[in-house]
Amino acid sequence: MATRQISIVKNIDWFTVVLYVLLVTAGWFCIYGAVYNFEDASFWDFSYRYGKQLVWIGCSFVIAMMLSLLDSRIYNMFAYAIYVAMLLLLLLTIFVAPEIKGSRSWLVLGPVSLQPAEFAKTATCLALAKFMSSYGFKIGRFSDMFKVVMLILIPMVMIIFQNETGSALVYASLFLVLYRQGMPGLVLFLGFFSAVVFIISIRFGEVPILETILDESYGLFLVMLISLVTQAILLLVYQKDRRNSMFLCLGNILIFLIAYLVHKLFHLDFKFTYVGYFVMLSSFLFLLVIAIQNRKWSYIFVGLFSIGSVLFSNVSDMAFDKLKPHQQTRIRVTLGMENDPQKAGYNVNQSEIAIGSGGFSGKGFLNGTQTKLKYVPEQDTDFIFCTVGEEHGFIGSFFVLAMFLTLMLRLVYLAERQRSLFSRIYGYCVASIFLFHVMVNIGMVTGLTPVIGIPLPFFSYGGSSLWGFTILLFIFLRLDASRTEYFG
Amino acid sequence: MIVVVVIYIIRLFNLQILDDSYTDKADSNAFLKEIDFPARGVIKDRNGKILVFNKPAYDIMMVTREMKNFDTLMFCKLLNISHIDFIQRTKEMKRRRGYNPYTPQPFMTQLSSEDYGILQEQLFRFQGISLQNRTLRDYNYHNAALLLGSIGEVGKETLKADTIDHFYIPGDYAGQNGIEQTYEKYLRGEKGVRIFLRDAHGRVKGRYENGDLDVESKPGKDLTLSIDIDLQVYGEQLMNNKVGSIAAIDPSTGEILALVSSPTYDPSLLVGRKRSVNYMQLKNDPLLPLFDRPMMACYPPGSTFKTANALILQEEKIITPATAYPCQSGYHVGSFTVGCHAHSSPLNLVQSVQHSCNAYYCAGFRAMMDHPKYKNISNAFETWKQHVVSLGFGYKLGADVPNEKRGFIPNAKYYDKWYGEGRWKSLMIVSNSIGQGEIQATPLQLANLASIIANRGYYYVPHLVKHIDGFQLDSTYTNKRVTSIESQYFTPVVDGMELVMRSGTGYASRIDSIVVCGKTGTAQNPHGEDHSIFMAFAPKDDPKIAICVVVENSGFGATWAAPIATLMMEKYLKGYIPKRRKWMEERMLNANLLPKLNGNKTD
Repeated sequence: MATRQISIVKNIDWFTVVLYVLLVTAGWFCIYGAVYNFEDASFWDFSYRYGKQLVWIGCSFVIAMMLSLLDSRIYNMFAYAIYVAMLLLLLLTIFVAPEIKGSRSWLVLGPVSLQPAEFAKTATCLALAKFMSSYGFKIGRFSDMFKVVMLILIPMVMIIFQNETGSALVYASLFLVLYRQGMPGLVLFLGFFSAVVFIISIRFGEVPILETILDESYGLFLVMLISLVTQAILLLVYQKDRRNSMFLCLGNILIFLIAYLVHKLFHLDFKFTYVGYFVMLSSFLFLLVIAIQNRKWSYIFVGLFSIGSVLFSNVSDMAFDKLKPHQQTRIRVTLGMENDPQKAGYNVNQSEIAIGSGGFSGKGFLNGTQTKLKYVPEQDTDFIFCTVGEEHGFIGSFFVLAMFLTLMLRLVYLAERQRSLFSRIYGYCVASIFLFHVMVNIGMVTGLTPVIGIPLPFFSYGGSSLWGFTILLFIFLRLDASRTEYFG
Repeated sequence: MIVVVVIYIIRLFNLQILDDSYTDKADSNAFLKEIDFPARGVIKDRNGKILVFNKPAYDIMMVTREMKNFDTLMFCKLLNISHIDFIQRTKEMKRRRGYNPYTPQPFMTQLSSEDYGILQEQLFRFQGISLQNRTLRDYNYHNAALLLGSIGEVGKETLKADTIDHFYIPGDYAGQNGIEQTYEKYLRGEKGVRIFLRDAHGRVKGRYENGDLDVESKPGKDLTLSIDIDLQVYGEQLMNNKVGSIAAIDPSTGEILALVSSPTYDPSLLVGRKRSVNYMQLKNDPLLPLFDRPMMACYPPGSTFKTANALILQEEKIITPATAYPCQSGYHVGSFTVGCHAHSSPLNLVQSVQHSCNAYYCAGFRAMMDHPKYKNISNAFETWKQHVVSLGFGYKLGADVPNEKRGFIPNAKYYDKWYGEGRWKSLMIVSNSIGQGEIQATPLQLANLASIIANRGYYYVPHLVKHIDGFQLDSTYTNKRVTSIESQYFTPVVDGMELVMRSGTGYASRIDSIVVCGKTGTAQNPHGEDHSIFMAFAPKDDPKIAICVVVENSGFGATWAAPIATLMMEKYLKGYIPKRRKWMEERMLNANLLPKLNGNKTD
């Protein structure tokens, strides 16, 4: 035992540990600032959240220490067991949890409430790492890929049932790991492209092209144009077929130009999307002919791509309508379609004011008026970054962002140096979860992404999230510390 | 990863450094600025008697969210308002911009201290009601309403024009008309501010920086007027039941001693909550009590204007004191006749003033218009006009009252337009010589003419304010204005005016032991009886007061205007009216010369 302890102290990545302590400390000061009241200011008061957070922090240090002391092999060994246990816990939560602010994600155990979803991330990462590192796993194989997707989807769906859509979305970030492990880039590209199509369809879904024809939306037309252009680019990149790519491009442009001139010169009003459909159909036939001529069936896939995009655009519209009204408004507000600083946009508007009024060096610790006077809702949890922005200004925000970036880069670096596949995959899972949290959280407080209620790691108030991130991080640090010991 | 972080840093840079608007937004979010209203400056008369001062008033403030178990019925009873009125006011309050249920909102403004007293005793019963101190104007004398002006809510124009120091916010009060308006900047003082922090619900969370950044209000400056309030009161009494004006000036300084506009009203009518009702009543009064007659009413000056012509004709060397013109009961050219009253003929200059001879001035004026040295009548008329203007006519004198009118003096172009260029002759415009025809002047301008004659050739712009606490008077009022007439030419005019009082039209109104110089006039009024005008100054050799009195629709100047003017002068110079003249004083005080109106306003 003694030798192992020494080896832990020697081998653990102290750089990350120090970064962790720094982030947690900075986080605590922010919570103190956010909860601090101008009227009665007492420093040590455990009935206040900064007092409680101190307890959570103390506990998480203990947890971190314990995790570091455990044998690193047990994580691999019990990965599935932990995963299944977590799934059961999530399932249980759906039924026993009391409803708090519309979500059923809290398990109340006497004075303490826990959010199993925060811990399920770690379990999912472990299971994913174990499965993907198992012998004979091939990402290209459909059944393996299917299992991977299921591993991610099951907890996701359960969390959605708990009405914590934000936390569920975090799991989507795990797909990034798949890419690192050899999933074709095309999948990621398609994912990205469908996101673009989704945004365009929603953003311009209600803008008519012609004032005379109202049931035709600009969104669909834009999607058509973009997918046609992308189609030509795909042709160029994947088939190296410059001639046909150019031909396709010019032909399509010509048809659109004719349609436009007819509209302008003869004052003929018609649905431009019909022209779009025509162009898509003709270019698909064109590609079909080339495919038959050259006996290269991949041309057909390229042709199918643009048709798929248009279909997806229609699906996005339908899917968007299926979203809950408050989720719809959040997306609309982010896309700038709705401007309602009193209601839907209130949070973001006030948080932008808080951050924006911080200026270069901030108003000073405990001097933020926006946050102290409760203008920003959820300012000690999801909107904690406002306190940083307001009281410490651009310098403080920059510093916090830089710390997170350093942490994430360090995690990637650590993951890359793992010899064990299990450790490496787990490391990437950790890094992508941190990335998603930081990106979405800071994105939403600065008004760049829709408001999705997920915490900022180590900053947001809450025992569950702090412990969850601590466990997630320290299991990896423990795995990293013993990277030379085992070959998994 | 790096890309995301860089994008976010750019976004933060944009939010925090490039865009300044967020700081203001945060400030207007968090800071509740409560204005500390300054006390308005006090207005005193030339002898230091306080005319206008402040009395406390109270605004009833309501915090709707704090109102619990509110006894509306009792509240209404205490305020003496109906329940419907209560609902109406509450609705209005909630509709107002910036309404906030967590902070005190004005429910009812300008409560008098009597009403306040009643409410104050019972205030503990009403949660969410508080009282905010304000001040209202109060008056020691119920006179001089128009020249003092009043306080009213600032209008849209004032707010729009308030771009330099951004003093006013909607709902503020500012001086309207009179001294209160002209000297608003001095009187209003400087607002103070108390900064509170308020939370997202608008609840006050204490002082910002413990009140270190609060600003104390600074009270307004006190004004000392040139008005002698006793003379003013006396003038208003004399003008009681008459329509017209009195303007009395101290010639040596241009200070206005009294400025009476009749009919007048009690300035306290336009204070506080009853202001709007009373204002509408005054506005609809057919006798126009809100019309500032001494400043704004334009009359043909009649015979008083002959003094001006006597000066101009001498200056232009058309006549000398020895020049005599004949008068055969008037001025006759062919079929053209300007009548005159019976007096000996021919008359020299002094006599012409004394007897107010129409023929003399018609002849003199025509001699000037047709004099070859001007080459044509246009030049001659323009020269004449320049002199008239230098005597203070045709333009605003620049008195410190906002609504002064300029009167009217035609120029050559005016006649060119009227008759066609070069198609008018001296005979056509001869009525200008006797103060009729096109020319018009305000009572203040005529009093100023008296002042010029008293000074033998110069004047100071008439003004109402003698002294501002801690400030110099505007140089407009301290610079001597020298007219284009040399002082030697004043002697025969002054002598003539003296004779008016000794043995002319003003004899009946003479004052014992003081040499008064005066000139009567009658302004022809096409709509009814002529207006009685009298212009005078006294004493002759050391003038202390110059005056003009106009009594509308009362006939000859000698009958009404002259007695009132001399009574004013005597009161000012001696401080009392001797026994001999008591009957005249009685007669003037009691006379009712109000025009017969369709209604039964007059009896």
